[in-house]
Amino acid sequence: MGIVSPGFRRRRRDDDVELPPGQYLTQDFPVLSAGPTPNIPLDRWQFTISSEIGQEYQWTWDELLELPAEEPTVDIHCVTKWSKLGTTWRGVSLDLLMEEVETTADYALVHCYGGYTTNLPLEDLLDGKAWVVYEYEGSELAPQHGGPARLLVPHLYFWKSAKWVRGIQLQEFDEPGFWESVGYHNYGDPWREERYAGD
Amino acid sequence: MTQDYQDGNALAGPLAELFTVDVTAATGRCVSCGHTGRVADLRVYAQAPGWVARCPGCEHVMLRLVRSPDAAWLDLQGTLSLRVPLPPA
Repeated sequence: MGIVSPGFRRRRRDDDVELPPGQYLTQDFPVLSAGPTPNIPLDRWQFTISSEIGQEYQWTWDELLELPAEEPTVDIHCVTKWSKLGTTWRGVSLDLLMEEVETTADYALVHCYGGYTTNLPLEDLLDGKAWVVYEYEGSELAPQHGGPARLLVPHLYFWKSAKWVRGIQLQEFDEPGFWESVGYHNYGDPWREERYAGD
Repeated sequence: MTQDYQDGNALAGPLAELFTVDVTAATGRCVSCGHTGRVADLRVYAQAPGWVARCPGCEHVMLRLVRSPDAAWLDLQGTLSLRVPLPPA
């Protein structure tokens, strides 16, 4: 037996990772909500992308599940300063959902069951950067975490990963969402620590 | 299922930074359903990036408050009016 056990040399991934400024690591999955958790029967669930000229592209729950799924494993960063590493989700890429959508819009306003909204540039939803997810760590997404389906945009603060997503309005102008209109940063890049308006 | 909101008294501390009167003792009217009641009876969701106070009648957002290290943002567009009790002038 060697003097140094391999176990002492191995470093957990959590020790190696660099977190965005001001963030701390959590193993939990805190639940943040600005309102009651909506109850959304799957047979009435719909996801709609609306273009700037009013063209609508809709998916039912069954149609969403029939689309090719991806399983992104990503780090998530909440503006309340917790970060969680290596979370695995299952869902449909926005690239796929946007494939048939005709648009020249630059901005997206995300709408949710329960009334929540969040805004972001359309380009931040494309090129493998965003998904509509319905599973978390191999199980169906729990209602308190946004089930039946939420948006996942992990390169921005997690308030942009809207829970209970029901649609995306494509717009030629930028329109602040629920938190962006009351002091939070319009874009929300955790690596630039864009927490509040003016940061 | 556990209750995920507090009553409006949870707003007393954060609002005391902005106003000299106790706003939780005020009576507010919901812009959505017209429900009128004490701010202390609103449903406050504080496990969030800010405080979100909703009407106990229809759950419409009546007040939002965000506190950054050097500023506060207060949104009352969901509140049609506030009646603030005051001592006789």
